[in-house]
Amino acid sequence: MTNQLCSLTLAQTLNKLQKKEIQMSEIVQSVLDSIKKQDSTIHAFLTQNEGLLGDVKAREKLPLAGLPIAVKDNICTKGLRTTASSLVLDKFLPQYTATIVEKVCQAGATIIGKTNLDAWAHGSSTETSQYGRTLNPRNTGHLPGGSSGGSAAAVAADMSIVAIGTETAGSIRQPAAWCGVVGLKPTYGRVSRYGVIAMASSTDSPGPIAKTVQDAAMMLNYLAGQDLHDPTTSPQAVPDFTQSLGKSIKGLKVGLLYQDIEGMEIVKSHIDTAAKVLTELGAKVEPTQALSPQYAISVYTIVQRGEVSSNLARYDGIRFGNDRTFFGDEAKRRIMLGTYTLSKGYADKYYLTAQKARTLFIQDYQKLFEKYDCLISATSPSFAKKIGVTENAAMFGELEDMLLEPSSITGLPGISVPCYKDPQTNLFIGLNIIAPMWREDRVIQIADAFEKATDWNTWKETK
Amino acid sequence: MTPNYKLICGMEIHAELKTQSKMFCGCKNDPFHAPTPNSYTCPTCLGMPGALPVANKQAIEWTVKLGLALGCKINLFSKFDRKHYFYPDLPKGYQISQYDLPFCYDGQIETSEGLVRIRRIHLEEDTGKLLHKTVDGKKVSLIDFNRSSVPLIEIVTEPDITSAAQATEYSKKLRQILQYLDIANCDMEQGGMRLEANVSLQKPDQTELPNYKIELKNINSFRFLEQAVEYEISRQTTALDAGEDLHQETRGWNSTKNQSFVQRSKETAEDYRYFPDPDLPPIRFSEEQIEAIRVELPELQETIIKRWQDKYRLEPRFGHQLAKSHKLAEITDQLFSVAFTGGTDINKLASAIDNKKIVYDLESDVDKVITDFTTLHATETVNTADLDTIIQTVIKTNPDILTKFKQGQQQVMGFFMGQIMHQLKVKADPQQVHDALNKALENC
Repeated sequence: MTNQLCSLTLAQTLNKLQKKEIQMSEIVQSVLDSIKKQDSTIHAFLTQNEGLLGDVKAREKLPLAGLPIAVKDNICTKGLRTTASSLVLDKFLPQYTATIVEKVCQAGATIIGKTNLDAWAHGSSTETSQYGRTLNPRNTGHLPGGSSGGSAAAVAADMSIVAIGTETAGSIRQPAAWCGVVGLKPTYGRVSRYGVIAMASSTDSPGPIAKTVQDAAMMLNYLAGQDLHDPTTSPQAVPDFTQSLGKSIKGLKVGLLYQDIEGMEIVKSHIDTAAKVLTELGAKVEPTQALSPQYAISVYTIVQRGEVSSNLARYDGIRFGNDRTFFGDEAKRRIMLGTYTLSKGYADKYYLTAQKARTLFIQDYQKLFEKYDCLISATSPSFAKKIGVTENAAMFGELEDMLLEPSSITGLPGISVPCYKDPQTNLFIGLNIIAPMWREDRVIQIADAFEKATDWNTWKETK
Repeated sequence: MTPNYKLICGMEIHAELKTQSKMFCGCKNDPFHAPTPNSYTCPTCLGMPGALPVANKQAIEWTVKLGLALGCKINLFSKFDRKHYFYPDLPKGYQISQYDLPFCYDGQIETSEGLVRIRRIHLEEDTGKLLHKTVDGKKVSLIDFNRSSVPLIEIVTEPDITSAAQATEYSKKLRQILQYLDIANCDMEQGGMRLEANVSLQKPDQTELPNYKIELKNINSFRFLEQAVEYEISRQTTALDAGEDLHQETRGWNSTKNQSFVQRSKETAEDYRYFPDPDLPPIRFSEEQIEAIRVELPELQETIIKRWQDKYRLEPRFGHQLAKSHKLAEITDQLFSVAFTGGTDINKLASAIDNKKIVYDLESDVDKVITDFTTLHATETVNTADLDTIIQTVIKTNPDILTKFKQGQQQVMGFFMGQIMHQLKVKADPQQVHDALNKALENC
């Protein structure tokens, strides 16, 4: 889709609008054409916003001037079908709009449509969606990752300038890595969850999926901030994240994680190369050790399944939606496991023990951040997997997200930026950068410096 | 009851707090006066996907306030937990409640039959309400969520209650305190306060608590509570006498048949799968915050009446009426203080208010009340000679009464007093008349 308006980044779009070189309606038309041409194959969208053109017109004078964005379908949009990719909510029309959507719309964004995900965001492939899988636009024989696979695919295929996703443990960063785009998972509590259909309430973090680090930083400015409807959001001041762009990373101390653990063979050398790039930019990179991510999988699985079993209890089919027989296998598995781990006599053994282990991870990171300004690792231990691989793999997601679960259960901010593209398969590897709580500015600073110093980003103007 | 058995009874009482808004959302908290069903609702109290709870600060402070009034200890670190069960009136499939860290614990209420220890007071949300109706000839169940997420406190006692009368006395006292603190209306009929008694009998020579517990639930009047506990005592006595084993069960009260009936047998214990609600951050109090609430705590009705009795010799019959609510008690306290300094007879003042001879309510101005009272009791000085003449006339015209007096019937004084006051035609000081009459009678 190169050289078309839909392939502009957010920054380029706003720039051209300001110079009056283009009109937003042209961008919108280009995006709609792109969807029309590709989405019957990719299947990134579940529902399109019929009122789009009217919304664009109404918001022309606002800062985002009607900018079309894709929204993951587990985020409530008033009057616009929201399914969480589950047939339980097949015809569900929310009576209210999520805070984050409200915020970006007030800034002038418009919703193009709602994007596909693993049903209830349970997964890392978008293959468990009850509306059919999404394909990776970089190579349609492969999966986009997930659960925000629809949002990542929409951005990668120029079917949306930017998108909103949600991450519980890897659901923004892993599909971003597999689709060759940028995914930013903010600190837990930085972005409101009000209106986001709850998966694991103690780790759910909405965030942007974008073409560049700059776009992600710009979007985070609109998404972040305390929400009086969500008491887990922080009163912490929100900086202007675009101030972190273009800054030198000279002298920053970077810890390199997980290179020696089992299963890293495919990506290891590319992450080493990325580390070298950071060294050349003046950072001090050295390998370091953290608690094994294997434990994080156990902790995350227990905590998340428990919370899932509780959060899905309201879908009894009495007041809205279809009844419980419409739940897919993955949701049923998680409800059963979670119900078991929270049962009398087992809650101490599983849920509470997991919470204690979670504290150990928090302490582990605190120690690491005394020594390092940030930590890096691969986002995923593999390239995008082939379609169909999840069919008999109940723990697929957990294994795919292994490298991200430690930072998810501890609430840390992280970003995935493309750091390699395989010339044969056209598939990507992502570099994951994490920093202490509330330091999104630092992950943006390093990711931006890396992006500018390499050629992996397919929207780079120098291309 | 066979005197050999001892009643073991603990109470669990729920009361809705009268905060402006609901427990976890901004909706109006007024379920009994809502114009239509489901008019005070929002995504949160309807349990819509993605909606989140925000805890009501006032409700938390009021819970602590009640705890302090009942001498409880306060957990400086507390949290909300999810209690899971399925019922159509529970929109989220779980109720937000408190499990192992209630706001208050270890308090007490004094009753005439002894101390009742409070085990815990916790805060939770109320459920919606089911209505079973016939609409267009079809039997349907409807749900009204006006009550959903209304703040609800639960006060749990130790099994210290030993009679049905004590159960009632305890419950009435608790209601009176809730109303006095101005935190709950406790409308029993509407369900604003719900009584639950756990009743079992201890066998003679048994020292440990009985191995069963009958939960008497959904009792909406003090009278029914007393009847239900009495009924259970005799029912369980009969069963135990017959050698039956009693088991854990929940029973309701049928006030028409005057019988309790089985609602649910609890052979398989329910598992509520409690866990800390991840949507609500834990609550931390500092000692200073608790002290600030303690300082705000009003003097309780019982204490204030006792103080009036000690300081002003107030007769016991006047206390409750004049301290009916905390606000009124404050006004009365001020009134008594001013009146007492000015030398007014406090019991006379209380009597005048009690007999509605002067207007006295929440709007009353203390100085105005005292002026009214003085006017009411204003007397004119009576010429001593005139007074003596009237006294002599009255005595002489009633020789039979005089005889009775001489025989020691003191109560006839009243008759003389009445006659004399009537003939005086002015508002004389009764004390002056009384003294003069006494003197005259002594000389007869």
